[in-house]
Amino acid sequence: MEYFLQQLINGVTLGSIYGLIAIGYTMVYGIIGMINFAHGDVFMVGAFIALIMFLALFAVGLTAVPLALLLVLLVAMMFTALYGWTVERFAYRPLRGSFRLAPLISAIGMSILLQNYIQIVQGARVKPLPPVVTGGYRLWENDSFVVQISNIQIIIVMITVALMLAFSWLVGQTRLGRDMRACEQDLKMASLVGVDTGRTISLTFVIGAALASVAGVMFLLYYGVIDFFIGFIAGVKAFTAAVLGGIGSLPGAMLGGLLIGLIETFWSAYFSSEYKDVAAFSVLILVLIFMPTGILGRPEVEKV
Amino acid sequence: MAAAMPERKLDVAGALKDAALAAFVAFGLFSLVLGLRTEQSGLTSALQLYPRPGLLFGAVATVFAGRFLIALLFRSNLLADPARFIPPQASKGIAFIGRYAGIGLLVFALIIPVIFFDNRYLLDLSILVVTYIMLGWGLNIVVGLAGLLDLGYVAFYAVGAYSYALLAQNFGFSFWICLPLAGILAAFWGVLLGFPVLRLRGDYLAIVTLAFGEIIRIVLINWQSFTGGPNGISGIPRPSFFGVPFNDGPDGFAATFGLSFTPSHRVVFLFYLILALALITNYFTIRLRRLPIGRAWEALREDEIACRSLGINTTHTKLTAFALGAMFAGFAGSFFATRQGFISPESFVFHESAMILAIVVLGGMGSQLGIAVAALVMVGGFELFREFAQYRMIVFGLAMIGIMIWRPRGLVSHREPSVHLQEKKPIPAAVVEGARQ
Repeated sequence: MEYFLQQLINGVTLGSIYGLIAIGYTMVYGIIGMINFAHGDVFMVGAFIALIMFLALFAVGLTAVPLALLLVLLVAMMFTALYGWTVERFAYRPLRGSFRLAPLISAIGMSILLQNYIQIVQGARVKPLPPVVTGGYRLWENDSFVVQISNIQIIIVMITVALMLAFSWLVGQTRLGRDMRACEQDLKMASLVGVDTGRTISLTFVIGAALASVAGVMFLLYYGVIDFFIGFIAGVKAFTAAVLGGIGSLPGAMLGGLLIGLIETFWSAYFSSEYKDVAAFSVLILVLIFMPTGILGRPEVEKV
Repeated sequence: MAAAMPERKLDVAGALKDAALAAFVAFGLFSLVLGLRTEQSGLTSALQLYPRPGLLFGAVATVFAGRFLIALLFRSNLLADPARFIPPQASKGIAFIGRYAGIGLLVFALIIPVIFFDNRYLLDLSILVVTYIMLGWGLNIVVGLAGLLDLGYVAFYAVGAYSYALLAQNFGFSFWICLPLAGILAAFWGVLLGFPVLRLRGDYLAIVTLAFGEIIRIVLINWQSFTGGPNGISGIPRPSFFGVPFNDGPDGFAATFGLSFTPSHRVVFLFYLILALALITNYFTIRLRRLPIGRAWEALREDEIACRSLGINTTHTKLTAFALGAMFAGFAGSFFATRQGFISPESFVFHESAMILAIVVLGGMGSQLGIAVAALVMVGGFELFREFAQYRMIVFGLAMIGIMIWRPRGLVSHREPSVHLQEKKPIPAAVVEGARQ
């Protein structure tokens, strides 16, 4: 029971990170119907920006943790958003109306490009960061096992919830959110009634990248090491989360993220940690076969 | 057309504005990630930052200059008419060269071992290039003809390699028995994966095949008792010349044919072996394109819904493409195992799938010659300039994006029509490119 509780806490933390990345996939898919294969790598770039920012702040002697964390989050979101914008502008926008596979191939090219760019400019070795947020609470204790929640886990879950609320408000209540929903329903029709579709799509990428960068910051703080390859596996898992929750649905992305985080954590805890990636990928395949619309997704209508 | 064209004049001010904006964005992109290097001075010490202002300035300046030139070309309407970019005569010329370049390349490939008999390095490199050509041609059936994006192609390559290694080691089967078996096993895995997922939309398929490729690799790493885990399998039997081994013994190849023994015999044999396998793949593809199944693949690539309306069973059609593509990967895999004598999961990472896909994309999905040229340039070219090897994948990535933007049907977008009325007319690039969704 104690063990189960501990794994639940770990799983929810991991799931929050996946959920934030999954939102980027699901939004882009909802609006332009493409899988932004490079999204996982944007997350990785976000983690690197955060690492460099932390090191820079330490170097100038800023050691107040809350301030440093806030600064790093803001800077990482800004700079990663710029990456998201550039990726869309450079690799996807010229392909509107091109043939079916073109955006996907371009996205794979972008993913390879980002990965190797970071590998070359920052090196292939893993980058460790000393723990920034330490400490935690003991929730439960008996003679053999201690259930604890660390401060970083609390921060991760809190930031995720806050961002989710902010994002739901953005999509549901603002002008931009209305434009985004209009684009999702029908891109051509939206542009006919005066929605600036190009700008809306750009902003979708920007917001997705910003959320991915927050996930990157949290990944860095939680695990303490990153390398240029983290975006690949995390990206596929977040995509799985988006599909599991129902691609195109925002609550679905979060729910799917949580589920994938829990499945992965419990699988490593009770079966084998070597096959934890296999478990996540198998879920993807099974969901697509038996439930292609996901848990909260709408059935896709094929238009000719 | 010409009358409607805007007048051409140099718009330097506008181009400068664009370039300044691009440089500003580039500065934002590069400032942290490129401008500051994280480095560990020792194994245990913490990371430290080292600024690289020179590199940052260089990168931003390059973006500025590049954007300025492009903006100047576009803003001045120098490229307003895309046909100017490649005039029709030039496409006709490319088609003409294409017809004979294939034969030329083939003849050159056949005499490579004669010319470079003593150059072990070049022979090995040629084997590598031809292996990638074969993999490219195999993947071309799936991606180029049937239009299914397979990101886990390397999984079937791995199945072929491990099939040969395990069959040869555990049962002592010879290469010639294992080769078809490896192909069949790989095709079987193709069907096994394809059957449930091929009903999915194209982009879902891409991710599922990617996940499948990773699953195979993780299983190979962790199933230690069966696959040897991360240490791989070593001591895989080398191929024999239809039963005659390549050694310096009395029964060896050299003694049997009255030659003096040299290790090059085996390498030359391997080269002709992979060349033959690749040519079989090529011949097979060309013939298949003329069969109903090949026509169905290409129809499927262009419009799946129309295909279904015409009564083509799309699931079966996709499945055959998938299985055949996997089969050729299996052949190539067992060749890889016998050539290396050692295999490990390290050889079957996603990176490899991406590289094969890049070759197919750059070669112009569907063009056999284009794929051969792309493999030659991208694999052979980078191997010759080893100091740039670390930039290879960056170039691959950029090239994939660039090709999709400028010539979505590949550099050599010439295609031989498989149905024709009286005389064969080459399909001009413009028409191929016009076949968009």
